Amino acid sequence: MNQRKAIIVDEEDNVASALANLSRGEDVEVSIGLITYKIKLVSDIPFGHKFALKRIGKGEFVIKYGEVIGRATKDIEVGEHVHVHNVESLRARGDLQKTSS
Amino acid sequence: MEISGYDRVNGVGVRNHVAVMATVGCAGDAAERIVQLYPKAKLLVHLQGCAQTPPDIELVEKVLVNLALNPNVYSVLLVSLGCESVNADKVADKISSAKNVEVVRVQERGLSNAISKGSEIVKKMCDEAEKVSRTKVDFSEIKVAIKCGASDSTSGIISNPVAGRVADMIIREGGTVIFGETTEIIGAEHILAKRAIDDTVARKMFTAIEEMEKRAMSMGVDMRGGQPTGGNIKGGITTIEEKSLGAICKTGTSKLVDVIGYGDVPSKKGLIFMDSPGREIEALTGFAAGGAQIILFTTGLGAPQGFPIVPVIKISGNPEVCARLNEHIDVDLSPVFYGKESLNEAAQRLFNEIVDVAAFKRTKAEILGYEKFFNIYVKGPVI
Repeated sequence: MNQRKAIIVDEEDNVASALANLSRGEDVEVSIGLITYKIKLVSDIPFGHKFALKRIGKGEFVIKYGEVIGRATKDIEVGEHVHVHNVESLRARGDLQKTSS
Repeated sequence: MEISGYDRVNGVGVRNHVAVMATVGCAGDAAERIVQLYPKAKLLVHLQGCAQTPPDIELVEKVLVNLALNPNVYSVLLVSLGCESVNADKVADKISSAKNVEVVRVQERGLSNAISKGSEIVKKMCDEAEKVSRTKVDFSEIKVAIKCGASDSTSGIISNPVAGRVADMIIREGGTVIFGETTEIIGAEHILAKRAIDDTVARKMFTAIEEMEKRAMSMGVDMRGGQPTGGNIKGGITTIEEKSLGAICKTGTSKLVDVIGYGDVPSKKGLIFMDSPGREIEALTGFAAGGAQIILFTTGLGAPQGFPIVPVIKISGNPEVCARLNEHIDVDLSPVFYGKESLNEAAQRLFNEIVDVAAFKRTKAEILGYEKFFNIYVKGPVI
Protein backbone atom coordinates (compact mmCIF):
# COMPACT_ATOMS: atom_id res chain seq x y z
CA MET A 1 0.00 0.00 0.00
CA ASN A 2 1.31 3.40 -0.96
CA GLN A 3 1.82 5.68 2.01
CA ARG A 4 1.87 8.97 0.13
CA LYS A 5 -0.42 11.38 1.90
CA ALA A 6 -0.52 14.02 -0.81
CA ILE A 7 0.51 14.83 -4.36
CA ILE A 8 1.85 17.92 -6.13
CA VAL A 9 1.17 17.99 -9.88
CA ASP A 10 3.70 20.61 -11.05
CA GLU A 11 6.83 22.21 -9.59
CA GLU A 12 5.25 25.66 -9.91
CA ASP A 13 2.25 24.71 -7.76
CA ASN A 14 1.62 26.41 -4.43
CA VAL A 15 -0.94 23.76 -3.39
CA ALA A 16 -0.91 19.97 -2.95
CA SER A 17 -3.87 17.56 -3.07
CA ALA A 18 -4.58 15.15 -0.20
CA LEU A 19 -4.61 11.44 -1.09
CA ALA A 20 -6.34 10.53 2.18
CA ASN A 21 -8.39 12.28 4.81
CA LEU A 22 -5.77 14.30 6.70
CA SER A 23 -6.11 15.97 10.09
CA ARG A 24 -5.16 19.32 11.53
CA GLY A 25 -1.78 19.11 13.26
CA GLU A 26 -0.62 16.24 11.03
CA ASP A 27 2.87 16.48 9.50
CA VAL A 28 2.92 15.84 5.76
CA GLU A 29 5.99 15.42 3.61
CA VAL A 30 5.31 15.85 -0.08
CA SER A 31 7.73 16.06 -3.01
CA ILE A 32 7.80 17.04 -6.65
CA GLY A 33 11.01 16.61 -8.63
CA LEU A 34 13.81 17.76 -6.34
CA ILE A 35 11.60 19.89 -4.12
CA THR A 36 10.33 18.52 -0.81
CA TYR A 37 7.88 20.34 1.43
CA LYS A 38 7.45 19.49 5.10
CA ILE A 39 4.08 20.88 6.07
CA LYS A 40 2.19 20.93 9.36
CA LEU A 41 -1.49 21.03 8.50
CA VAL A 42 -3.44 23.82 10.17
CA SER A 43 -6.84 22.53 8.91
CA ASP A 44 -8.44 19.14 8.39
CA ILE A 45 -8.00 18.28 4.70
CA PRO A 46 -10.57 15.85 3.22
CA PHE A 47 -9.52 13.34 0.54
CA GLY A 48 -8.91 15.10 -2.78
CA HIS A 49 -8.90 18.58 -1.29
CA LYS A 50 -5.99 21.03 -1.42
CA PHE A 51 -3.72 22.62 1.16
CA ALA A 52 -1.20 25.45 0.78
CA LEU A 53 2.48 24.64 0.32
CA LYS A 54 3.41 28.32 0.60
CA ARG A 55 1.76 31.34 2.14
CA ILE A 56 -0.69 32.77 -0.41
CA GLY A 57 -1.61 36.40 0.26
CA LYS A 58 -5.06 37.80 -0.43
CA GLY A 59 -5.33 38.60 -4.15
CA GLU A 60 -2.47 36.26 -5.11
CA PHE A 61 -2.92 33.44 -7.59
CA VAL A 62 -3.44 29.83 -6.57
CA ILE A 63 -1.34 27.58 -8.84
CA LYS A 64 -2.04 23.89 -9.67
CA TYR A 65 -1.01 21.98 -12.82
CA GLY A 66 1.52 24.84 -13.14
CA GLU A 67 -1.39 27.11 -14.07
CA VAL A 68 -3.61 29.70 -12.37
CA ILE A 69 -6.71 28.01 -10.92
CA GLY A 70 -8.01 31.10 -9.10
CA ARG A 71 -7.23 33.95 -6.70
CA ALA A 72 -7.05 33.96 -2.91
CA THR A 73 -9.87 35.96 -1.32
CA LYS A 74 -8.12 35.87 2.07
CA ASP A 75 -4.56 35.34 3.28
CA ILE A 76 -3.90 31.60 3.23
CA GLU A 77 -1.29 30.15 5.59
CA VAL A 78 1.01 27.20 4.90
CA GLY A 79 -0.89 23.95 5.61
CA GLU A 80 -4.29 25.61 5.41
CA HIS A 81 -7.24 24.17 3.48
CA VAL A 82 -7.47 25.88 0.05
CA HIS A 83 -10.99 25.75 -1.35
CA VAL A 84 -14.13 27.75 -2.16
CA HIS A 85 -14.03 29.60 1.19
CA ASN A 86 -10.74 31.32 0.35
CA VAL A 87 -10.34 31.06 -3.45
CA GLU A 88 -12.39 32.65 -6.21
CA SER A 89 -12.55 31.87 -9.91
CA LEU A 90 -11.42 34.48 -12.43
CA ARG A 91 -13.73 33.22 -15.17
CA ALA A 92 -17.44 33.31 -16.06
CA ARG A 93 -18.02 35.79 -13.22
CA GLY A 94 -21.37 37.21 -14.24
CA ASP A 95 -21.68 38.59 -10.68
CA LEU A 96 -18.68 40.90 -11.12
CA GLN A 97 -19.89 42.02 -14.55
CA LYS A 98 -23.16 43.15 -12.99
CA THR A 99 -21.57 45.24 -10.25
CA SER A 100 -18.96 46.80 -12.51
CA SER A 101 -21.39 47.90 -15.22
CA MET B 1 -4.87 -2.99 -36.59
CA GLU B 2 -8.04 -5.03 -37.04
CA ILE B 3 -10.93 -5.37 -34.61
CA SER B 4 -14.35 -7.01 -34.69
CA GLY B 5 -17.26 -4.94 -35.97
CA TYR B 6 -20.13 -4.52 -38.40
CA ASP B 7 -19.20 -3.17 -41.81
CA ARG B 8 -22.01 -0.83 -42.94
CA VAL B 9 -22.43 1.49 -45.91
CA ASN B 10 -21.71 4.57 -43.79
CA GLY B 11 -19.04 3.21 -41.46
CA VAL B 12 -18.17 0.54 -38.98
CA GLY B 13 -20.40 -0.35 -36.03
CA VAL B 14 -19.51 -2.21 -32.84
CA ARG B 15 -23.16 -2.92 -31.99
CA ASN B 16 -26.08 -4.01 -34.14
CA HIS B 17 -29.01 -2.15 -32.63
CA VAL B 18 -32.54 -1.61 -33.85
CA ALA B 19 -33.41 1.90 -32.63
CA VAL B 20 -36.91 3.06 -31.74
CA MET B 21 -36.64 6.83 -31.75
CA ALA B 22 -39.30 9.38 -30.84
CA THR B 23 -39.20 12.50 -33.02
CA VAL B 24 -40.75 14.62 -30.24
CA GLY B 25 -41.28 14.46 -26.49
CA CYS B 26 -45.02 13.81 -26.89
CA ALA B 27 -44.35 10.57 -28.81
CA GLY B 28 -42.06 9.19 -26.12
CA ASP B 29 -44.73 7.04 -24.46
CA ALA B 30 -45.56 5.24 -27.70
CA ALA B 31 -41.86 4.58 -28.41
CA GLU B 32 -41.39 3.22 -24.90
CA ARG B 33 -44.38 0.82 -25.16
CA ILE B 34 -43.01 -0.62 -28.40
CA VAL B 35 -39.62 -1.29 -26.80
CA GLN B 36 -41.36 -2.89 -23.81
CA LEU B 37 -42.71 -5.48 -26.27
CA TYR B 38 -39.30 -5.91 -27.96
CA PRO B 39 -36.66 -5.15 -25.32
CA LYS B 40 -33.88 -6.06 -27.75
CA ALA B 41 -34.57 -2.78 -29.53
CA LYS B 42 -33.02 0.39 -28.14
CA LEU B 43 -35.26 3.21 -26.95
CA LEU B 44 -34.34 6.78 -27.89
CA VAL B 45 -36.68 9.27 -26.24
CA HIS B 46 -36.05 12.94 -25.46
CA LEU B 47 -37.95 16.12 -24.59
CA GLN B 48 -37.37 18.23 -27.72
CA GLY B 49 -38.91 18.54 -31.18
CA CYS B 50 -41.75 21.06 -30.97
CA ALA B 51 -42.60 24.68 -30.08
CA GLN B 52 -39.01 25.82 -30.36
CA THR B 53 -37.31 28.42 -32.56
CA PRO B 54 -36.55 27.28 -36.14
CA PRO B 55 -32.77 27.01 -35.55
CA ASP B 56 -33.42 24.65 -32.64
CA ILE B 57 -35.91 22.57 -34.65
CA GLU B 58 -33.31 22.23 -37.40
CA LEU B 59 -30.73 21.25 -34.81
CA VAL B 60 -33.05 18.61 -33.31
CA GLU B 61 -33.72 17.20 -36.80
CA LYS B 62 -29.97 17.06 -37.50
CA VAL B 63 -29.23 15.32 -34.21
CA LEU B 64 -32.05 12.77 -34.75
CA VAL B 65 -30.74 12.00 -38.25
CA ASN B 66 -27.14 11.69 -37.04
CA LEU B 67 -28.10 9.50 -34.06
CA ALA B 68 -29.92 7.17 -36.45
CA LEU B 69 -26.91 7.20 -38.79
CA ASN B 70 -24.54 6.13 -35.99
CA PRO B 71 -23.00 2.92 -37.38
CA ASN B 72 -23.90 1.03 -34.18
CA VAL B 73 -27.51 1.21 -35.44
CA TYR B 74 -28.76 -1.37 -37.93
CA SER B 75 -32.22 0.05 -38.63
CA VAL B 76 -34.62 2.63 -37.20
CA LEU B 77 -38.28 3.02 -36.34
CA LEU B 78 -39.26 6.67 -35.94
CA VAL B 79 -42.20 7.23 -33.63
CA SER B 80 -43.85 10.53 -34.46
CA LEU B 81 -46.84 12.24 -32.87
CA GLY B 82 -47.93 13.81 -36.16
CA CYS B 83 -48.34 17.52 -35.48
CA GLU B 84 -44.82 18.27 -34.12
CA SER B 85 -42.48 20.90 -35.56
CA VAL B 86 -39.85 18.30 -36.44
CA ASN B 87 -40.56 16.95 -39.91
CA ALA B 88 -40.51 13.16 -39.41
CA ASP B 89 -40.61 12.44 -43.17
CA LYS B 90 -37.60 14.69 -43.78
CA VAL B 91 -35.71 12.97 -40.95
CA ALA B 92 -36.65 9.52 -42.30
CA ASP B 93 -35.62 10.50 -45.80
CA LYS B 94 -32.13 11.49 -44.68
CA ILE B 95 -31.70 8.25 -42.70
CA SER B 96 -32.89 6.10 -45.60
CA SER B 97 -29.72 6.83 -47.56
CA ALA B 98 -27.82 4.52 -45.21
CA LYS B 99 -30.28 2.16 -43.55
CA ASN B 100 -33.81 0.87 -43.34
CA VAL B 101 -36.14 3.34 -41.61
CA GLU B 102 -39.90 3.36 -41.04
CA VAL B 103 -42.29 5.83 -39.40
CA VAL B 104 -45.39 5.31 -37.25
CA ARG B 105 -47.59 8.23 -36.14
CA VAL B 106 -49.67 8.24 -32.97
CA GLN B 107 -52.18 10.74 -34.37
CA GLU B 108 -52.98 8.54 -37.36
CA ARG B 109 -55.08 6.01 -35.43
CA GLY B 110 -54.18 6.32 -31.77
CA LEU B 111 -51.68 4.78 -29.37
CA SER B 112 -52.86 1.15 -29.53
CA ASN B 113 -52.59 1.09 -33.29
CA ALA B 114 -49.20 2.81 -33.27
CA ILE B 115 -47.93 0.22 -30.78
CA SER B 116 -49.19 -2.77 -32.76
CA LYS B 117 -47.97 -1.39 -36.09
CA GLY B 118 -44.65 -0.26 -34.57
CA SER B 119 -43.99 -3.53 -32.77
CA GLU B 120 -44.62 -5.51 -35.96
CA ILE B 121 -42.01 -3.39 -37.74
CA VAL B 122 -39.55 -3.73 -34.86
CA LYS B 123 -39.98 -7.51 -34.72
CA LYS B 124 -39.15 -7.71 -38.41
CA MET B 125 -36.13 -5.38 -38.01
CA CYS B 126 -34.83 -7.40 -35.04
CA ASP B 127 -35.17 -10.66 -37.03
CA GLU B 128 -33.24 -9.12 -39.93
CA ALA B 129 -30.57 -7.72 -37.60
CA GLU B 130 -29.88 -11.22 -36.27
CA LYS B 131 -28.81 -12.28 -39.75
CA VAL B 132 -26.05 -9.68 -39.92
CA SER B 133 -22.69 -10.99 -38.76
CA ARG B 134 -19.51 -9.44 -37.48
CA THR B 135 -16.42 -9.14 -39.57
CA LYS B 136 -12.86 -7.87 -39.22
CA VAL B 137 -12.77 -4.10 -39.58
CA ASP B 138 -9.94 -1.60 -39.45
CA PHE B 139 -9.43 0.22 -36.17
CA SER B 140 -8.96 3.48 -38.06
CA GLU B 141 -12.73 3.44 -38.69
CA ILE B 142 -13.37 3.85 -34.96
CA LYS B 143 -14.33 7.13 -33.34
CA VAL B 144 -14.00 7.17 -29.59
CA ALA B 145 -15.51 10.06 -27.64
CA ILE B 146 -13.99 10.92 -24.27
CA LYS B 147 -16.01 12.55 -21.54
CA CYS B 148 -15.46 13.20 -17.86
CA GLY B 149 -18.31 13.45 -15.40
CA ALA B 150 -18.91 13.65 -11.66
CA SER B 151 -15.24 14.60 -11.45
CA ASP B 152 -13.19 14.89 -8.30
CA SER B 153 -9.50 15.54 -7.71
CA THR B 154 -8.53 12.03 -8.84
CA SER B 155 -10.00 12.74 -12.31
CA GLY B 156 -7.35 15.33 -13.18
CA ILE B 157 -4.53 13.33 -11.62
CA ILE B 158 -5.34 9.72 -12.62
CA SER B 159 -8.30 8.86 -14.87
CA ASN B 160 -8.01 11.81 -17.29
CA PRO B 161 -4.24 11.40 -17.80
CA VAL B 162 -4.84 7.67 -18.50
CA ALA B 163 -7.64 8.52 -20.95
CA GLY B 164 -5.31 11.06 -22.59
CA ARG B 165 -2.68 8.40 -23.19
CA VAL B 166 -5.39 6.18 -24.73
CA ALA B 167 -6.50 9.11 -26.93
CA ASP B 168 -2.95 9.31 -28.27
CA MET B 169 -2.88 5.52 -28.88
CA ILE B 170 -6.20 5.63 -30.78
CA ILE B 171 -4.95 8.47 -32.98
CA ARG B 172 -1.65 6.64 -33.61
CA GLU B 173 -3.76 3.71 -34.89
CA GLY B 174 -5.41 6.08 -37.36
CA GLY B 175 -8.63 6.49 -35.38
CA THR B 176 -10.54 9.55 -34.24
CA VAL B 177 -11.07 10.96 -30.76
CA ILE B 178 -13.89 13.41 -30.05
CA PHE B 179 -14.00 15.49 -26.90
CA GLY B 180 -16.32 18.35 -25.96
CA GLU B 181 -17.61 20.03 -22.82
CA THR B 182 -16.86 23.60 -23.89
CA THR B 183 -17.49 24.96 -20.38
CA GLU B 184 -14.78 22.69 -19.06
CA ILE B 185 -12.11 24.25 -21.24
CA ILE B 186 -12.59 27.68 -19.67
CA GLY B 187 -9.23 28.47 -18.08
CA ALA B 188 -7.30 25.88 -20.10
CA GLU B 189 -7.89 27.15 -23.65
CA HIS B 190 -4.38 28.62 -23.97
CA ILE B 191 -2.93 25.10 -23.61
CA LEU B 192 -5.23 23.52 -26.21
CA ALA B 193 -4.75 26.45 -28.60
CA LYS B 194 -1.04 25.62 -28.82
CA ARG B 195 -2.02 22.16 -30.11
CA ALA B 196 -4.40 23.47 -32.80
CA ILE B 197 -3.30 22.44 -36.27
CA ASP B 198 -3.72 26.00 -37.59
CA ASP B 199 -5.01 29.44 -36.61
CA THR B 200 -8.50 28.78 -37.97
CA VAL B 201 -8.98 25.79 -35.67
CA ALA B 202 -7.59 27.74 -32.70
CA ARG B 203 -9.94 30.64 -33.48
CA LYS B 204 -12.95 28.35 -33.79
CA MET B 205 -12.13 26.91 -30.37
CA PHE B 206 -11.74 30.34 -28.74
CA THR B 207 -15.06 31.49 -30.27
CA ALA B 208 -16.93 28.46 -28.92
CA ILE B 209 -15.50 29.02 -25.44
CA GLU B 210 -16.20 32.78 -25.47
CA GLU B 211 -19.82 32.15 -26.45
CA MET B 212 -20.28 29.53 -23.73
CA GLU B 213 -18.71 31.83 -21.12
CA LYS B 214 -20.92 34.74 -22.27
CA ARG B 215 -24.03 32.56 -21.98
CA ALA B 216 -23.05 31.57 -18.43
CA MET B 217 -22.27 35.20 -17.51
CA SER B 218 -25.54 36.51 -18.97
CA MET B 219 -27.31 35.22 -15.85
CA GLY B 220 -25.40 37.83 -13.81
CA VAL B 221 -24.07 35.36 -11.26
CA ASP B 222 -20.88 33.48 -10.44
CA MET B 223 -21.46 30.12 -12.13
CA ARG B 224 -19.64 28.22 -9.36
CA GLY B 225 -22.02 25.62 -7.90
CA GLY B 226 -23.32 24.98 -11.43
CA GLN B 227 -19.78 24.68 -12.84
CA PRO B 228 -17.91 23.28 -11.03
CA THR B 229 -20.94 21.36 -9.74
CA GLY B 230 -21.78 20.87 -6.08
CA GLY B 231 -20.37 17.34 -6.37
CA ASN B 232 -17.12 18.56 -7.95
CA ILE B 233 -16.68 21.04 -5.07
CA LYS B 234 -17.33 18.33 -2.50
CA GLY B 235 -14.70 16.27 -4.31
CA GLY B 236 -12.13 19.05 -3.86
CA ILE B 237 -12.39 21.01 -7.13
CA THR B 238 -12.45 24.72 -6.32
CA THR B 239 -12.87 26.64 -9.59
CA ILE B 240 -13.78 26.07 -13.24
CA GLU B 241 -10.13 26.72 -14.13
CA GLU B 242 -9.02 23.83 -11.91
CA LYS B 243 -11.73 21.56 -13.34
CA SER B 244 -10.77 22.49 -16.92
CA LEU B 245 -7.04 21.96 -16.40
CA GLY B 246 -7.82 18.46 -15.09
CA ALA B 247 -10.39 17.82 -17.81
CA ILE B 248 -8.13 18.59 -20.77
CA CYS B 249 -5.65 15.91 -19.63
CA LYS B 250 -8.06 13.44 -21.24
CA THR B 251 -7.32 14.88 -24.69
CA GLY B 252 -3.73 13.59 -24.67
CA THR B 253 -1.03 15.35 -26.66
CA SER B 254 -2.15 15.01 -30.29
CA LYS B 255 -2.75 17.98 -32.57
CA LEU B 256 -6.30 19.37 -32.52
CA VAL B 257 -7.39 18.93 -36.15
CA ASP B 258 -10.91 20.39 -36.11
CA VAL B 259 -13.67 22.07 -34.12
CA ILE B 260 -17.21 20.94 -34.99
CA GLY B 261 -20.72 21.93 -33.97
CA TYR B 262 -22.92 20.00 -31.54
CA GLY B 263 -24.05 16.69 -33.06
CA ASP B 264 -22.02 17.15 -36.25
CA VAL B 265 -20.09 14.26 -37.77
CA PRO B 266 -16.33 14.96 -38.03
CA SER B 267 -15.00 15.13 -41.59
CA LYS B 268 -11.39 14.69 -40.46
CA LYS B 269 -9.57 11.97 -38.54
CA GLY B 270 -7.58 12.66 -35.39
CA LEU B 271 -8.43 14.78 -32.37
CA ILE B 272 -11.73 16.66 -32.74
CA PHE B 273 -13.36 19.16 -30.39
CA MET B 274 -17.18 19.24 -30.43
CA ASP B 275 -18.75 22.43 -29.05
CA SER B 276 -21.03 20.98 -26.37
CA PRO B 277 -22.12 21.41 -22.77
CA GLY B 278 -20.59 19.49 -19.87
CA ARG B 279 -23.84 17.90 -18.72
CA GLU B 280 -23.88 14.16 -19.41
CA ILE B 281 -27.33 13.79 -20.88
CA GLU B 282 -26.64 16.32 -23.63
CA ALA B 283 -22.92 15.71 -24.16
CA LEU B 284 -23.27 11.94 -24.70
CA THR B 285 -26.05 12.60 -27.25
CA GLY B 286 -23.79 14.96 -29.18
CA PHE B 287 -20.99 12.40 -29.31
CA ALA B 288 -23.34 9.58 -30.37
CA ALA B 289 -24.73 11.84 -33.12
CA GLY B 290 -21.14 12.59 -34.13
CA GLY B 291 -20.82 8.90 -34.92
CA ALA B 292 -18.77 7.78 -31.89
CA GLN B 293 -19.06 4.00 -31.66
CA ILE B 294 -17.57 3.90 -28.15
CA ILE B 295 -17.44 6.49 -25.36
CA LEU B 296 -14.81 6.56 -22.60
CA PHE B 297 -16.14 8.19 -19.47
CA THR B 298 -13.84 9.09 -16.61
CA THR B 299 -15.39 9.75 -13.22
CA GLY B 300 -14.28 10.54 -9.71
CA LEU B 301 -17.52 10.40 -7.75
CA GLY B 302 -19.19 7.74 -9.94
CA ALA B 303 -21.43 8.79 -12.87
CA PRO B 304 -23.40 5.66 -13.83
CA GLN B 305 -25.20 6.64 -17.04
CA GLY B 306 -24.59 5.13 -20.43
CA PHE B 307 -26.20 5.83 -23.79
CA PRO B 308 -28.77 3.61 -25.57
CA ILE B 309 -26.84 2.97 -28.80
CA VAL B 310 -23.22 3.48 -27.73
CA PRO B 311 -21.28 1.46 -25.14
CA VAL B 312 -19.95 3.82 -22.47
CA ILE B 313 -16.86 2.62 -20.58
CA LYS B 314 -16.66 4.03 -17.04
CA ILE B 315 -13.20 4.63 -15.63
CA SER B 316 -12.24 5.82 -12.15
CA GLY B 317 -9.06 6.46 -10.21
CA ASN B 318 -10.82 6.95 -6.88
CA PRO B 319 -10.25 3.66 -4.96
CA GLU B 320 -13.11 4.20 -2.50
CA VAL B 321 -15.56 4.88 -5.35
CA CYS B 322 -14.27 1.92 -7.41
CA ALA B 323 -14.97 -0.38 -4.46
CA ARG B 324 -18.33 1.12 -3.50
CA LEU B 325 -19.61 1.48 -7.09
CA ASN B 326 -18.07 -1.62 -8.63
CA GLU B 327 -21.50 -2.21 -10.20
CA HIS B 328 -20.91 0.86 -12.40
CA ILE B 329 -17.15 1.16 -12.95
CA ASP B 330 -15.74 -0.82 -15.89
CA VAL B 331 -12.06 0.05 -15.48
CA ASP B 332 -10.73 0.42 -11.94
CA LEU B 333 -7.60 2.58 -11.84
CA SER B 334 -6.98 2.11 -8.09
CA PRO B 335 -3.64 0.39 -8.85
CA VAL B 336 -2.45 3.70 -10.35
CA PHE B 337 -3.60 5.55 -7.24
CA TYR B 338 -1.58 3.16 -5.06
CA GLY B 339 1.49 3.41 -7.29
CA LYS B 340 1.29 -0.27 -8.34
CA GLU B 341 0.59 0.48 -11.99
CA SER B 342 2.01 3.25 -14.17
CA LEU B 343 -0.19 5.61 -16.19
CA ASN B 344 1.14 3.94 -19.38
CA GLU B 345 0.34 0.42 -18.14
CA ALA B 346 -3.15 1.53 -17.18
CA ALA B 347 -3.57 3.14 -20.62
CA GLN B 348 -2.70 -0.18 -22.30
CA ARG B 349 -5.27 -1.92 -20.07
CA LEU B 350 -7.90 0.65 -21.04
CA PHE B 351 -7.03 0.37 -24.74
CA ASN B 352 -7.46 -3.44 -24.51
CA GLU B 353 -10.84 -2.85 -22.87
CA ILE B 354 -11.92 -0.74 -25.87
CA VAL B 355 -11.00 -3.58 -28.23
CA ASP B 356 -12.90 -6.08 -26.05
CA VAL B 357 -15.96 -3.85 -25.78
CA ALA B 358 -15.93 -3.37 -29.55
CA ALA B 359 -15.82 -7.14 -30.05
CA PHE B 360 -18.03 -8.67 -27.39
CA LYS B 361 -17.79 -7.29 -23.88
CA ARG B 362 -20.81 -5.44 -22.53
CA THR B 363 -20.20 -2.38 -20.40
CA LYS B 364 -21.70 -2.06 -16.93
CA ALA B 365 -24.15 0.60 -18.19
CA GLU B 366 -25.25 -1.78 -20.98
CA ILE B 367 -25.71 -4.67 -18.55
CA LEU B 368 -27.72 -2.49 -16.18
CA GLY B 369 -29.62 -0.75 -18.97
CA TYR B 370 -28.71 2.56 -17.30
CA GLU B 371 -29.29 4.54 -20.47
CA LYS B 372 -32.84 5.77 -20.82
CA PHE B 373 -32.55 9.48 -20.08
CA PHE B 374 -30.80 11.71 -22.55
CA ASN B 375 -31.48 15.08 -24.06
CA ILE B 376 -30.64 17.18 -27.09
CA TYR B 377 -28.76 20.43 -26.38
CA VAL B 378 -30.79 23.35 -27.68
CA LYS B 379 -29.87 26.99 -27.15
CA GLY B 380 -33.21 28.79 -27.58
CA PRO B 381 -36.36 28.89 -25.46
CA VAL B 382 -39.40 26.66 -25.43
CA ILE B 383 -42.04 28.88 -27.03
